[in-house]
Amino acid sequence: MTEMTNTFTLDGKEIPFREGETIMAAATAAGVYIPHLCHRPGFKPHGSCKLCTVNIDGRPSAACTHLAAAGMRVESETEALNADRRALTQMLFVEGNHICPSCEKSGNCQLQAVAYHLGMSTPHFTHFYPARDVDASHPDVLLDRNRCILCELCVRASRDVDGKNVFGIGGRGIRSRLIVNAASGRLADTGLAVTDRAVAVCPTGALLRKRDGFSVPIGERRYDRHTISDVTTETEEERPRHD
Amino acid sequence: MPDMSSPENSCDLPGIVARWGGDAANLVQILREVQEACGTIPPEAVDPLARLLNVPRVRIESTASFYAFFHTGPGCAYTLLFSDNIIDHMAGKAGLKQYVCEKLWVEPGKRSEDGLVYVGDTADIGLADQAPALLVNGHAVPSLDKTRLDLIAELIRARKPLAEWPPMLFEIPDQIRKAGPLTGEAFAPGAALRRTLARGAEATLAELETSNLRGRGGAGFKTAIKWASCRNAASGARYVVCNADEGEPGTFKDRVLLNSHADLVFEGMTVCARVIGARRGFLYLRGEYKNLFEKLQTVLARRRETGLLGESILGEAGFDFDIEIHLGAGAYICGEESALIESLEGKPGKPRNRPPFPDRRGYRDQPTVLNNVETFACAAKIAEQGGAWFAAIGTPQSTGSKLMSVSGDCRRPGVYEYPFGVTARQVLIDCGAENAYAVQVSGPSGMCISFREFDRRLCFEDLASAGAFMVFSRQRDMFEVARNFTHFFAHESCGFCTPCRVGTSLLRNIMDKLAAGKGSVYDMNEMQRIMHILRGMAHCGLGHTAANPVVQTMEKFPDAYEKRLKKLDFEPAFDLDGALATARLITGRDDAWAHLADD
Repeated sequence: MTEMTNTFTLDGKEIPFREGETIMAAATAAGVYIPHLCHRPGFKPHGSCKLCTVNIDGRPSAACTHLAAAGMRVESETEALNADRRALTQMLFVEGNHICPSCEKSGNCQLQAVAYHLGMSTPHFTHFYPARDVDASHPDVLLDRNRCILCELCVRASRDVDGKNVFGIGGRGIRSRLIVNAASGRLADTGLAVTDRAVAVCPTGALLRKRDGFSVPIGERRYDRHTISDVTTETEEERPRHD
Repeated sequence: MPDMSSPENSCDLPGIVARWGGDAANLVQILREVQEACGTIPPEAVDPLARLLNVPRVRIESTASFYAFFHTGPGCAYTLLFSDNIIDHMAGKAGLKQYVCEKLWVEPGKRSEDGLVYVGDTADIGLADQAPALLVNGHAVPSLDKTRLDLIAELIRARKPLAEWPPMLFEIPDQIRKAGPLTGEAFAPGAALRRTLARGAEATLAELETSNLRGRGGAGFKTAIKWASCRNAASGARYVVCNADEGEPGTFKDRVLLNSHADLVFEGMTVCARVIGARRGFLYLRGEYKNLFEKLQTVLARRRETGLLGESILGEAGFDFDIEIHLGAGAYICGEESALIESLEGKPGKPRNRPPFPDRRGYRDQPTVLNNVETFACAAKIAEQGGAWFAAIGTPQSTGSKLMSVSGDCRRPGVYEYPFGVTARQVLIDCGAENAYAVQVSGPSGMCISFREFDRRLCFEDLASAGAFMVFSRQRDMFEVARNFTHFFAHESCGFCTPCRVGTSLLRNIMDKLAAGKGSVYDMNEMQRIMHILRGMAHCGLGHTAANPVVQTMEKFPDAYEKRLKKLDFEPAFDLDGALATARLITGRDDAWAHLADD
């Protein structure tokens, strides 16, 4: 392992990093939270949600894909950046159909938790109210596309971890949608197992284990007890640091 | 071309796949051929294709559903797609489309019941100088008027195969109005290569450096730096890719270069191959330019026969290089270099995370030089005539000439080749645009200039341009120009990143809200805000520039917006009365009491 002699500053704090490490990885290792949704340690950096946009020597770039370099001055927790991140989160909310009060994932949902963290109180933009499919065909897993934010974590997990290629993104632009690897288009006809990483990795309620929704009561869930910035991203599926 | 030898199986999947080497990297080309053979990409072909190519079916489906020209539903004998640029609208596109729909008894956007015809829209097809234009089964027909549409409707009703349609419908004149070093001088194929071989790769690169040539796709990156970086990258294989995905609305100069000066372009690519040490090259030709495909193949074949391509080029042992043509399938984003490479690799055209840039990791993750058509043409001229000759043309920071695609409100639309540094006013005088009020320079992603700015110069120091020059006269509504462009960007956003995927559609919806007379100052501020998010956070140039037309026209032509505002503070987009439409339908009522009064 290379020694970490190099550092950059993140909001004035010295952050050590290894050659080839991204800003996000180095920040996470140093215990500093940068808001994100499509990023997960251990997965190939994707850079699509853009929530982790930081200013690097004055220029905006995604922290999850941008490699750290010695002497960089990175700003993340600024009023302006958080306002922009809030707007991005609002865009995700109006793009899909996210009804937190009726969602099983509420309290464990990263989209919701990020929205709270950023102080989002309304969706602000005009809702698209898209007509999206729910796929309940699988015996153990529910796929609700209304809640999909197209982060492609399940796509990457199924391809790179589970070795199955169950998911993909179809369409283009605002009509992009999660597709599954079956001629019938049904999740039941894919090789997905409830134990697949692809299911666990979903940051929202788009992929849910069936019969598991309320095993932890609302009010006692991960982000009910800790804000998302306190939850370390080091562990596999984001367990609270204080557990 | 698809194998039609077995009539019972016109869609010979194994044959098509085999012809493309069984390589999933050629998926876009494979799907194009499948669709050509079957009239559609049949859903039942996806599994066999996945098996033959040894990829998951999601991979086939994502590519098939990404490109505008691919479809998986029932096919049509004839598909008419009207070019939807603002220039087409100014030339009467909407009325003509309506006209042909009535002639054919078909609703726009709906396949006719008998499967005969579909009439729809498509993004600008590179014929703004001959607008309005359309594609019939992928083949461009320019200069539409009622007479031409009468003929087209007649041919369709008679079910005449496209091959038997009168060729004059598909004739596309170059319309070179002002020639220059690229378009006006004779070029003997092989001349640049001979000089390159005599001089050596290193010295040719030095000439390129001296020439100070900058990329003609709009960004203006120094070509010599790109080539040198690729040449110096450690790798077994290197590639040369020519970006002929000329999708920027209002741009058509590459169409003309490829139609009449293809040798210059291919020679530039071959010079590049010599400099960087590449054996394979690609011309990524936008699907809209399918009519050029055969002609370009003929040029390539001739160059092979005359020793200008293939093995031991011009007798030089070890100088092996060949060029393949890949056709796009309707995606503006593929003009972005890394999206183009993704498309060449058979994937949806979504821009990669950069760095690394293609000069280090391009096609198949190998070092790749990717340049615009015009850049390669310039490179050939530099290889032939030297860097100093080139550097003497134009301005110090913008050397050489630039091809302008001039369209819109002018008497002589077409291609104009100027030394860099020419003023917008000079172009307007030359093209006969006495009434010009505004010019959209370099397309929707470029810059809108008003009549107050016509003394600005077209060069990297001032108005950088990929070549589009759309002229708008005083009677044009600049709001509608911007609205057309927001529709374009929303349609062409690849959907990868949040700001662009959602932001471009939000912008489009707000512009439509304003057009419907429901706008307020609040909406104007919202658009500013979305522009800020797009500029700072979008993944690529498409998103960064998608709000430019709105923001620039708001700033330069505020009247065009203000006259549309209903209130100055806030007006909801939600139509309360419209929301009752379903209830009215169910109850069978449509009287005054079933409606909410519009305040």
